[in-house]
Amino acid sequence: MDLSSINPLLFIAGFFVAATPLIFAAIGELVAERAGVLNLGVEGMMIMGAICGFATAVETGSPLLGFVAAAVGGAVLSLLFAFLTQIMLANQVASGLSLTLFGLGFSALLGQNYIGIKPPRLGDVDFGPLGDIPVIGPILLSHDIIVYLGIALVFGVWAVLKFTRAGLVLRAVGENHDAAHALGYKVVRIRTLAIMFGGACAGVGGAYISLIRVPQWTEGMTAGVGWIALALVVFASWRPLRVLLGAYLFGGLVQLQLNLQGVGVAIPVEYLAMSPYVITIVVLVVLSRDANRAPGSLGRIFHASQ
Amino acid sequence: MISLVKRPEPSRVFSLAAPLLAVLATFVFGGLLFAALGKDPFLAIRTIFWEPLFGEFAFYYRPQLLIKGAPLVLVAIGLSLGFKAGIWNIGAEGQYIMGALFGAGAGLAFYPAQSVFIFPLMVLAGAFGGWIWAMIPAVLRVKFGTNEILVSLMLVYVAEQFLASMSLGLLKNPEGFGFPGSRNLQQYASAHNAELIAGTGMHWGVVAALIAVIFAYVLLARHRLGFAIRVTGDAPRAARFSGVNPTRLVLFCLGTSGLLAGLAGMFEVAGPSGQVTIDFNVGYGFTAIIVAFLGRLHPVGILLAGGLMALTYIGGDIAQSKLGLPAAAIQVFQGMLLFFLLAFDLFTNYRPRIGRAEVA
Repeated sequence: MDLSSINPLLFIAGFFVAATPLIFAAIGELVAERAGVLNLGVEGMMIMGAICGFATAVETGSPLLGFVAAAVGGAVLSLLFAFLTQIMLANQVASGLSLTLFGLGFSALLGQNYIGIKPPRLGDVDFGPLGDIPVIGPILLSHDIIVYLGIALVFGVWAVLKFTRAGLVLRAVGENHDAAHALGYKVVRIRTLAIMFGGACAGVGGAYISLIRVPQWTEGMTAGVGWIALALVVFASWRPLRVLLGAYLFGGLVQLQLNLQGVGVAIPVEYLAMSPYVITIVVLVVLSRDANRAPGSLGRIFHASQ
Repeated sequence: MISLVKRPEPSRVFSLAAPLLAVLATFVFGGLLFAALGKDPFLAIRTIFWEPLFGEFAFYYRPQLLIKGAPLVLVAIGLSLGFKAGIWNIGAEGQYIMGALFGAGAGLAFYPAQSVFIFPLMVLAGAFGGWIWAMIPAVLRVKFGTNEILVSLMLVYVAEQFLASMSLGLLKNPEGFGFPGSRNLQQYASAHNAELIAGTGMHWGVVAALIAVIFAYVLLARHRLGFAIRVTGDAPRAARFSGVNPTRLVLFCLGTSGLLAGLAGMFEVAGPSGQVTIDFNVGYGFTAIIVAFLGRLHPVGILLAGGLMALTYIGGDIAQSKLGLPAAAIQVFQGMLLFFLLAFDLFTNYRPRIGRAEVA
């Protein structure tokens, strides 16, 4: 084992790459959950985004168009969930699971002809001379636009939820849908929009995996990131800025684990590879007492019967 | 304008009709999907649903129905108990893997000794492996209130890595020329879950699945615990007033589903599959979720749904080799089934009313 072969700057810079898919998926799910919708289909929407983004980027040669397509793909799939839970009043847990199962299958079907292809590369943002600043340059200013977009998105969501009327209405719908309905807010419409936002974000997160982090297409390549994103929302106690913190912590751990695999540490690869999942469980246990901060109407079916 | 009126009681007719409508709708949309893939939809659906049962090689495929159906039913029965009570074990795939590893490990520990006690011991070990894996989310939920959905799912990935480690390490066949994978249990008489009647596909897993169906039926219809499960699912508050102990219920539901999933894995590894390999699990644990819902969380329904889902697996394989239908298309087909079922279920609890909703 040779730990000195790990470049500390690249290592820390890698945090951002590992965390970005999680940030997108988790912030999208957070908005949906704040509106009172528990969508367990994150994994399915991510993998749909991964293939839609990948295919579009390969066909058009533009990674950015790929990300747009990924957002659309995720949002379209999430509409199925919205249809089931908001119009057909189906159980949200079961509907989310069906979304994940369907998404995994459908993405594999779409991706058949894309196995083994390299996608076009998305260049890093050019900060000019700022990028040459020692330490800060390579760590913070050497990334592609999506990384920065993810960070901006988290702050955007935070501001909207905290300071705007739309955010207040969204939270009202999530805390008590009957009261919100009585006040004249369109619960179903607001929730559908929140679900679509979650789908679009999950799609972009998925595409980040297939276009940048890996970058290639394989079936089921999101490998549980969508589920970890769900755990991250609990970790963040439904607060946007804590999503950022959690995602970097988690991204750091994944990065560490991959680097340890690379330098041939004495722990077998399989045990290193299972560590992110074990750590997620440990974190969930530690934070269980926070789980009662969940939005009041989370996971409950709304039917305006009166 | 169509509005929905809640039925005073769930409609029995629709509760039976919803799965049938879902299957029908899946045929239509699945057919469209197959057509979009450039295959003749009628031929494809015929190949999937008719060929295995009544086609030229049905004598070969019919036993497969039992082999593929048994683990699905076994796992789904366990899951349905929890789902009824709002306890969501979605990590059956992991429990299935652990059952297989414990079962195979117990058998291989005695290799090459022959004894009639080895197979029963493997059954116990397999059940224990699945049970203990499910007890992790169960205990975490009762002790700390941790979300069992996420924990049980995370444990699937952990189990998959553990499986890889075992088939490359501890359980690797010493005479396997360095290939990953354990000894083949089919060649180890004391550990082999052989067909009980040759050529029928009937093995101990099938027997266990049938017993599980009967056990679940009796439990839900006649036993106090079954009552507790049903009440908790329908009205959690009422359940607490009627003296249901939620802690015990969580432990029981998760434990039983893990135990049955572990058994399914153990019977699979000792029988049809024969050895522990890196990709030993084929997703029965996830498909069983569809089976459980398609069977309306009812034991008899699950038996039928398990048969249907086994048919899509076998028919899917045939369609893959004969028509070049991609394997993923079958996965989509199965996913669609759950979609439509959840959608049509609306009419079990609600009645559509056409006309303007009254304004109070």
